Order: sequence, then structure tokens, then C-alpha cells
Amino acid sequence: MTETLPAGWEVVIGLEVHCELATTTKLFCGCLNAFGNEPNTNICPVCLGLPGSLPVLNRQAVELAMRIGTALHSAISPSTFHRKNYFYPDMPKDFQISQYDAPINRGGRLELPDGTEVGIERAHLEEDTGKTTHVGGSGRIGGADYALVDYNRAGVPLVEIVSAPDIRSAAQARAYAGELRAILVATGSSDGRMEEGSMRVDANVSVRREGEPFGTRCEIKNLNSMRSLGRAIEFETARQIALVEAGGRVVQETRHWEEGRGETLPMRSKEEADDYRYFPEPDLVPLDPDAVWQAGVAAAMGPLPADRRAALIGLLGSAPTPAQTEQVRSVVASDLDALVVAAAERGAPATLALVRTANEVAAVAGRAGSLDPGAFARLLALEAGGELSATQSKEVLAELLVSGGDPGEIARRLGFEAMDAGALHAAIDRVLAEHPADWERFLAGEDKVRGFLIGAVKKATANQADPGTVNARLNELRAGGR
Amino acid sequence: MSATAAELAATVRTGARRARDVVEESLAAIAAGDPEIHAFLEVLDDDARARADAIDRAVAAGEDPGPLAGVPVALKDNLCTRGVPTTCSSRILAGWRPPYDATVVERLGAAGAVVIGKTNMDEFAMGSSTENSCSGPTRNPHGHDRVPGGSSGGSAAAVAAGFVPLALGSDTGGSIRQPAAFCGVVGMKPTYGTVSRYGLVAFASSLDQIGPLTNSVADAALVLEVIGGHDRCDSTSLPQPAPEVVVAVERGVEGVRIGLVSELVDGLAPAVSGRVREAALALEAAGASVEEVSIPQFRYGLAAYYLIAPAEASSNLARFDGVRYGLRVDGPDVAAMNVASRTAGFGAEVKRRIMLGTYALSAGYYDAYYAKAQRVRTLVADGFAYAYSKFDALLGATTPTTAFALGEHTADPLSMYLSDVCTVPASLAGNPAISVPFGDDGAGLPVGVQAMTPALGEPMLFAVAGALERAAKADR
Repeated sequence: MTETLPAGWEVVIGLEVHCELATTTKLFCGCLNAFGNEPNTNICPVCLGLPGSLPVLNRQAVELAMRIGTALHSAISPSTFHRKNYFYPDMPKDFQISQYDAPINRGGRLELPDGTEVGIERAHLEEDTGKTTHVGGSGRIGGADYALVDYNRAGVPLVEIVSAPDIRSAAQARAYAGELRAILVATGSSDGRMEEGSMRVDANVSVRREGEPFGTRCEIKNLNSMRSLGRAIEFETARQIALVEAGGRVVQETRHWEEGRGETLPMRSKEEADDYRYFPEPDLVPLDPDAVWQAGVAAAMGPLPADRRAALIGLLGSAPTPAQTEQVRSVVASDLDALVVAAAERGAPATLALVRTANEVAAVAGRAGSLDPGAFARLLALEAGGELSATQSKEVLAELLVSGGDPGEIARRLGFEAMDAGALHAAIDRVLAEHPADWERFLAGEDKVRGFLIGAVKKATANQADPGTVNARLNELRAGGR
Repeated sequence: MSATAAELAATVRTGARRARDVVEESLAAIAAGDPEIHAFLEVLDDDARARADAIDRAVAAGEDPGPLAGVPVALKDNLCTRGVPTTCSSRILAGWRPPYDATVVERLGAAGAVVIGKTNMDEFAMGSSTENSCSGPTRNPHGHDRVPGGSSGGSAAAVAAGFVPLALGSDTGGSIRQPAAFCGVVGMKPTYGTVSRYGLVAFASSLDQIGPLTNSVADAALVLEVIGGHDRCDSTSLPQPAPEVVVAVERGVEGVRIGLVSELVDGLAPAVSGRVREAALALEAAGASVEEVSIPQFRYGLAAYYLIAPAEASSNLARFDGVRYGLRVDGPDVAAMNVASRTAGFGAEVKRRIMLGTYALSAGYYDAYYAKAQRVRTLVADGFAYAYSKFDALLGATTPTTAFALGEHTADPLSMYLSDVCTVPASLAGNPAISVPFGDDGAGLPVGVQAMTPALGEPMLFAVAGALERAAKADR
């Protein structure tokens, strides 16, 4: 990320994140909450808003919302539902049932992996709309010939998580969204997939000169990936600063991120100001989860990402390097920390288990579940004991991930016989004898031939020699003066 | 049909009379009388006959088809009926056939009732005369130049004309009780939450309740026991079984403390207030103690009602946008199509209330109108609570006048709204209330007396209603 703001400027960011809850059924009816089915197959009188139908609140959705609130240290509060009234064809009742002045989760905070705290204003329940596809003509809303509406998504439960305006950079915004996603996944409340729209982020961005009050904000929509979130905020920050520095004023508006053009553009302005005419939803009763229910929900939750990261760092035995901090973050975010823990419990060095998991295992995350932690631990022990080189270990791991098995057997099958010290020393002596001039230069302190000599030994031993061991032997020989 | 629902069901259950014959009698009465009355929007001849035959087969097989076996029932056309047009007397729902039955329709069916047809109403239940119907008004069987009341005017007229022994209506601010009074039948609004609203096309969700219109108090009690009780499809449905009211009808009012509400007697048409005072005396003669009580908060009920109900309606009726069902009038874009469909689909009164309600909920006006109306609603409930600390039941008129002439109030919406002044308080408080016929105004038009009890006070309500009914009959 390159974001150096002009001196004296500060950007202020608040994020609104909508996440679809991973419930079995929709928020107010028994229709399946599923992504990717044939259009208009998961529908009924209730989620189609047919005349006479009435909503009945889904208990599982309430529990998942409570999990999110618990993870964000919110106060789970007595809440009510309101109607947000506006016309749109993919909204069956032409109002959305949402929570307004009494949300289920009030306040809270989210701690970023680097320790920064971002305040949470609320995390409330609401229903999703259907999905409109504009067809023919330009395909844009104004120029389409007709529109198709799929109501499968109508009534899917959402939680909208609103942060305080505590975020101060695009990188921090990405970190916030990433950490929030990790929390949603870890608590089982949402799958957090931005590409499928199950996690949608809107950014409120304003700029100010340091020490001044908040500037006028713009809301940016259509941020479909972490990458566009970061790019859009950077663009918008630069746009607003340039505007103000040129003597202009930021107008409060909603802007659309155009990924292709790499810029935010104002959305078609509505003829009149929005007036959603919120009023209490008379078809639903107030929701007031009692202490027993809240405690039950909290007890059923697994550890949160921050706790899991702390547990991994504890395994490392010393303060993590920056690289290890990033490995810990990514391993927890991709839900692979249990593998590291299991391998460490079976005797593998934690640092090695961490780096192999963060790199090689995560690269084929889909297969990680089939990796036997015991086999993984044995492989790492072989590598740590010098019986396999790092290169060989990675090859065996790749094989383990594809077809399982015993790491020792795989290593033998691949011809990775561990060399005993005698054979290795003999091979090194042979190589040095073949390259006397290079050896003399190394002895004379010219370190740049070191790599050549190690490479030659590896070549002479068909990659069986472990470079670290060879390196140590070379140092030993040089120190001993032969 | 002169027999009560209970009597008809008893003869059908014992096999003394075939359900098919009962249904044919009802269909014949409709064919003869309804061209003049226009109570029905749709008569389901074939369905009703098939259903009656099935009940007769069940009886022949030794099964019990239920407490309403073979009883023809008329349904207000805002109750969803699977595969049968449900229009709410609105052009905007032309052609719509619900894919499901309302909970009350299911429950009536399970009790052996036979749906004969769907009845006329004020469009979306907005009105007090059944003149706001896209298919024209219903006439009052007691005077064909008179309105039957509304909005459940078709249901009330169908019972009063002898087409069916019972009908269902819906009551938001008096829409069961007022037409019952105008047509000389019994009309009952249950405690809010007693009868499931699932499948009732919503007008004002926090006020709407479904209830019976019948020829006798006992029939109303019987129907309430059939349609009442918890329904998991309605979150506002109370988690308890239907009230036991059939046994209460004959209980009498010995020792019952009755408050005669000044605001529901004074200043009304003299013929009406005279009948109400007679009713009070009759209850006293039957052993009750009667005292007059003033509940001044009632005066603000109508104003609050005409903000709250339109506000909720403006939101409930948003879904009629031409996108998914009902009338669609095309336009150059979606918004234009919405406007064209709604312009053509809604009648003048519905549009008026959508406008009123939209205004009352708008930013900047919400506190002055909707929020204040909700506070008044609480005041009205407080007024009731005070009265019920002294009385077991309250008594008053159901309507300020007897049935007015067709066209009398159509040019002046406010004067039409005043027709609900006596019924609105119980609606705002969510309390049960019943209108029982009590003589006429001397010109042949029925007068209704209204009894009210606290929430869930249905057994007491039916005891008082039973006593009123006995007194009214003895009086003739």
C-alpha cells in the first residue's frame, strides 16, 4: 500500500459491513437460505410479501447476531424491529424490516491484529432484498430493456455492523475488514465471502487537516474485494484532499467505486432526499434475550481470532518476528491454526509447523482438512532432525497433501534417503577436491563462493544433502583450516 | 336461513339433515336475494357443493366433521382463500388468487364449515359504508336505500339477509361491530392477538382482528372457539388456546358491575341512546349493577385512530406496486409503472389514507402526528384501565346513528369517519367488544348495543352479550 498523505492531512474512515448470516433458513420464514440455486425457487408467501403473509423471527438468526455481538464486546440489548419504507422491485413488501433505534447489539470494539482498537457503534439484524438483473439495452439501470428479479435472497438474514469513525488509513480499513471477516468465520455466523456478496462493505470517507473537526463524508459503495476497498479509499482520500486544497468543498453524497476505471463516481442523485418513514414493525414483538439465552450463546462460541493468534504466538516460545506475526495472522484467518497446534502437540517445532502451514499448506487450503496432523508432525521432525532438506520436506508435504501416507515412506519412495554424516563429509571432500580454486577463495574469506560450493554438493548428492548441514560443515572445515 | 349455525351443525352431525341440502338452501337464498343486496363478490357454488358432499360422506362413514359441520360461511374478501380470488374490493388485486388459505379459513374448514363465497367490503377495509368498493355498494337488507355499514358490510348483510348463518369480518376501528349494528346482527371483535391474522390482508396491523358476524350470540361464541387460539404463523398471536366462551353465554349477569359510558350514550341519535339506556335497565333487571361512568379520553380516540391506521396502511399497501401480482399498468420505467398501477388500482379513499399515513410518518412530522397519536392511544387504554378498576364490563352504543342512506356521507369523508367514534376506543386498547342488536329506531332500522371488557375478558363479554340478547328478544 502506498499511501502517503500530504503533510498535515488526515483521513477519517468508518465502515458499514453487511454480512449474510449462515442460517439454515431465512429471517422470517422457513425458506432455505442458500446461494446459487435456480432463481425464485427458495420463496414462499412470506418472503414474497404476498398480501396477508406475516413474518416470524428466526431464532437461529438471533443467536448468530448475538454471537457477533459477543465477539465484538457489544451490549446485547432489548431490541425492536422497524420498517424502512421505500419502493424497489426487488424488495417484495416495498419496505425492509430492520432495526432502527433499538438494535440487538449496542456499542463494542474490534481490536486489529496490530493492537489498534476500532469502536463499534452497533450490529443490528435486518432482512436482505432480492436481486435485480437488468437485461438488454445498455444493461445499466436506466437503459435496460427489462429487468429480472430473483427473490431467493429476499428475506435472507443480515447483520449490519457499523464502526465508529476510528479508522485512519486504507490499510487499517483492510485490516478491520479482514479481522471482522475472521471473526464472522470463527464464530460460524457468516462465511464472509465478499465475492459471493455474503460480506458487503461500504466506506464512509472524509478528510481533515490534523486537529480540525471531521470533514464532510462521502459513502462509497460497490467494494467487492479487499483490494477494491483499499484502492477506493486511497482514491477517495486523494480526491477529497485535492478538492479541498483547490478551494473546493466536499459534497455529502454516495459514490460508486468503478473498479475498471479505478475511481469513485457519484451515483445518480435522487430527485428528493430519502425519507424512509421508519416506524415500529407492528407484525413483530420486541426481542429481549434473557441472561440464560445469552450465556448459552456465549458458551457455544469457540475462541476468537485474537485469542487464537495469542495461543499460536505462545507456542513459538519467543517474541514473534514480523514475518511470524503475519504467518500467525494468515494461518488463523484461513482457519489453519488448529493444524499448527496439533503438529506442535505431536512434537514438531512450532516455528517450522507455522511457516509450512502458512505457506505450503495454505496454498492448497482445500486439501488442508485431509492432512493428518500426526504425519505432518513426523515430516517436520524429519526436517528438523536434518534427515530431509527443506526442499525435500516440501516435496514430501506436497505428496502428503495430495494422497496422504507416511512421510518416511514417501521420502524413501522419492529417493530422499537421509545421508549419514560420513557419506556427506565424503561427498563434500570430493566436491572440494574437484573445485580447488573455489575452495582456496572460500578459505581466503571470499564468501560469495559459498553458494556455489553448497550447490555443487547438492548436485553431487542428487539433492539429498541438506544445505544447512553442508553450510555448517564448510564453516567447520574453514575454521579448522582443513 | 333462519336456523342458527349451532342448530344446523347439530342436524348435519346427526345425519338428520344433509350438508348438501343446507348448502343448496343457502345458494338458493343468495341467488334469489343477492342481485338486489350485492353482499357477495364471488359465490363458490361448485366448491361449496363438493365440500358439502364430502361432509355428508364423512357423516355417513361415522366420522364427526366438527362443530360447524355443513354450516355455510361467508368470508370477507380480505381473507386469503387458496386458488380463489381475493380482491379486498380493489381493482389493484384484480385476478390475484392466493396460493394459501388464511389460518381462520383453515380452522373453519377443519371444523366442518363450508365456504359459500367472498363478501363485499370497503376497499382494503377502509370505510364505514361498503360504498368504497370497486364493484359497487352493498345494500342494507333492512332498508335497501341504506348502507349496511362497513367495512365488513357484505358479511353483515349476508347474515342479515339470511343468505348464511355466519360470516367472518375484520375489525380495525369498528369494521365488524358497526355493520353488525346497522344490519341487526351480532358482531364481535376479539382481544388483539386472540385470532391469527395470518392470511388477512393487512390494513392496520396493530389494530386488525378477525371476528364473527352471526344471528346469535351463541353462534359468535362457537365461531370464536373455532378460529381463536395461538398460531405460530402470527408473531402477535397470544400463546394460549381460544377462550372458552360458549359456556359463558347462558351464565347471566347476576352481580356483574356494568359501567354505562357517558361518551357512548350522550349526544348520539336519540333513538340510539334511548335503546342503550333500555339495555342498561334490562341488564339491571337481570341482576347486574349499572352505573354511569365518563371516560373523557375517548374523545381523542378517533383522531388518534385516523393517524395510526393510515400510517400503518401506507406501509402495508406499498407492496401493491404492479411488480409481482394484481394490476399492472405499464410505464416507461419502473417508477412510472408503480405510479400508473397504483393510480389506476386504488380508489379515492385508499389514496386519501395512503397520503394521510405517509404524511404522518414523514421526517419532521412523525413526532407531531404518529408518535403523538401513539401516546393518545396509551391514554385511551389508561381510560379503560381506570374504568375496569371499577367495572367488569362497559356498555354503550355501537354507532352514533342507525344505518344512513347510500350516498349520504360519500362527499364528506370526515362525517363518514365520525361513524366509527363509538367503536374506535376498544380497537385502540386492543380490548374485546361485541355489538348485539337491541330493537330498532322506530323506523325499522336496527340499533346495536356495544359491550366491552378488558383484554382477554371474552367470557365476561359473552355473558353480558347473552343477557342483552335475551332481554332484546323478551322486549319484542
